[in-house]
Amino acid sequence: MINFLFAAIKAGTPLLFGTTGEIITEKTGNLNLGVEGMMFLGAFAGFFIGHHTGSVVLALLASFILGALGALIYAFLTVTLKANQTVSGLALTIFGAGFANFFGQIMIAAAEDGVPKLPETFMNRLAEKPIPVLGSIPYIGKLFFSHNILVYVGIIVALICWFYMKKTRAGLTMRSVGENPGAADAAGINVTLVKYMNILLGGGICGMGGAYISLVNGGGVWNNNCVNGQGWIAVALVIFANWSPAKALLGSLVFGAFSVLQFYAPKDIIAIPNAFYVMLPYLITAIVLVFSSIKKSKEHSQPAGCSINYFREER
Amino acid sequence: MKRSGEPLIRVAKKTELSGGRLALFSLLGLCIAIFVGGLFILTLGKNPFAVYQSIFMGAFRSPLAFQGTIKIAIPLLISSLAITLAFKMKFWNIGAEGQIIMGGIFASYFALFHDGLPHFLLLLIMLIAGMIGGGLWGLIPAFFKSRFGTNETLFTLMLNYIALYLIKYLTEGPWRDPASSGFPKIATFTANAQLDKILGIHAGWVIALILVVFVFVYLKYTKQGYEITVVGESENTARYAGMNVSKIVMRTMFLSGAICGIAGMTQASGAAYTLSEGIAGGVGFTAIIVAWLSRLNPFLAVIFTLFLSVLQKGSSVMQSAFGLSTYVSDVLEGIILFVILGVDFFTQYKLIFRGAQKHD
Repeated sequence: MINFLFAAIKAGTPLLFGTTGEIITEKTGNLNLGVEGMMFLGAFAGFFIGHHTGSVVLALLASFILGALGALIYAFLTVTLKANQTVSGLALTIFGAGFANFFGQIMIAAAEDGVPKLPETFMNRLAEKPIPVLGSIPYIGKLFFSHNILVYVGIIVALICWFYMKKTRAGLTMRSVGENPGAADAAGINVTLVKYMNILLGGGICGMGGAYISLVNGGGVWNNNCVNGQGWIAVALVIFANWSPAKALLGSLVFGAFSVLQFYAPKDIIAIPNAFYVMLPYLITAIVLVFSSIKKSKEHSQPAGCSINYFREER
Repeated sequence: MKRSGEPLIRVAKKTELSGGRLALFSLLGLCIAIFVGGLFILTLGKNPFAVYQSIFMGAFRSPLAFQGTIKIAIPLLISSLAITLAFKMKFWNIGAEGQIIMGGIFASYFALFHDGLPHFLLLLIMLIAGMIGGGLWGLIPAFFKSRFGTNETLFTLMLNYIALYLIKYLTEGPWRDPASSGFPKIATFTANAQLDKILGIHAGWVIALILVVFVFVYLKYTKQGYEITVVGESENTARYAGMNVSKIVMRTMFLSGAICGIAGMTQASGAAYTLSEGIAGGVGFTAIIVAWLSRLNPFLAVIFTLFLSVLQKGSSVMQSAFGLSTYVSDVLEGIILFVILGVDFFTQYKLIFRGAQKHD
């Protein structure tokens, strides 16, 4: 059981990054369906820089920057040029996946044995090791204090984002833009600037989620198509988490659990084919979508201005 | 009069452009996209002209290559027509992938277990089964959308994965070919269940062209098509006019899914002769690009389908000729879509510079 929950936390972390990033983006009034693409961009950037420099910090930074650059394209299209948000996000997904696979393939061709690897010292830094003292507490130590460093980064990022959104003036400004850009504009807020900043921030965080996938889940080896739909699950998780980074912590744990269930379920008791285990996260997401739309809780829910482009002269 | 408060550049709404002008903008956008794509190739240290030329030649270099290009185009065109219907209604159906798969599954059932039927009857049943399979898969999100307002984008997307793993289950479980040892797969269809060839390419292309005309006429000249447009423009207007919006949404999505189902059927029985996880292979997503590029015009969809098919087929020679992987076509597709989306701005808005005379 402890092993199962441990694996769930590990598998849920990329989703946590993606969900947190998308919450920021949506709260500022833009539905960016390009999470998958930004995660791909981040996955490639993180791996590429890690592969060449061996520095975890630089790898994370690179994934943040490339994810944010992907978001910049999206922001330029939707905020400045007022393009359709749904299709712009899809375009970003197609572009990001193509970009990562394309340059990933070049990396594969350049590697000596056709397998681009991360340096061993790099992998050691990302290894799972118990935090001194805390890690030696029975059960809890193993469950919460024995992870690789990126898990903690993810949790801290989510908590900071929660604090930023709920407790700071900038967060309030950002939420007001998402709810009613017209009113925010009238109050003297630079709507365009706020949207750009938050879309870029969200994209960068999504990119870090991609880096987690290529650096940790990949086991130190580059795989094309590594993100494999996790960005889309993150988009759905936003609804599950009710647009709150704090609830995203729980949501990503639950979805992480579903995605590793096939390795831990007592097969002799519940005999269902493997394909259904893999299907579970998607099936649950669909069910969650339906139930949350039936429930339609007013509080914390999707910002009123989400997915509608703001045009000043059209108020 | 001194107008110091006026910004350097101001954005204002344009009057709506005619269809012909819009199509022109699409083509202009395409040219810019090809140019930007060329810059991308240039940054890789390759000659864009040589790359584009070999993509073009790669798609047309032999009758076999040309047939391959058309084979790529068939499912793409059919599904882009399906998406056109949904997008016209502003129903963001990105579940074409799953609807293609379900069409393939339903059609394959008859190909695998009822292949004793007379050839044309069997193919007809497979076609109808494919339509029902895809249609139902499109109907599910439409039902929840119109009933509870469930986000259709995410729902259709999740249904893609569910359909995909359904094939995985069938492949590993009940439909596994006992004759194949090792890697599990579904048996190849018997000749009786294979789609006939017309002019060397499976009959899917004829079906696709018929559908082009059908969708065009349906959208432009029928009452149902008109209802789709009204719902797409404004649901409230449709309601005031006494239209049953949820019925229209569900009917249209069934039709959209059914058309995707046809693509699934032709892919299984015409191209692969079996059912595999690769049956849709991203076609459902590329079809969105086609539908958007063609501004939901079925005839323009033919042109842009051909364009993207040439790009995909031609890029398969990139690896040997330039050391660029086939993923280059994905990158170029993304760039094209970005540019087209950006160019759209100039069809709807105009820029007014500071101090310019008013001329409206």
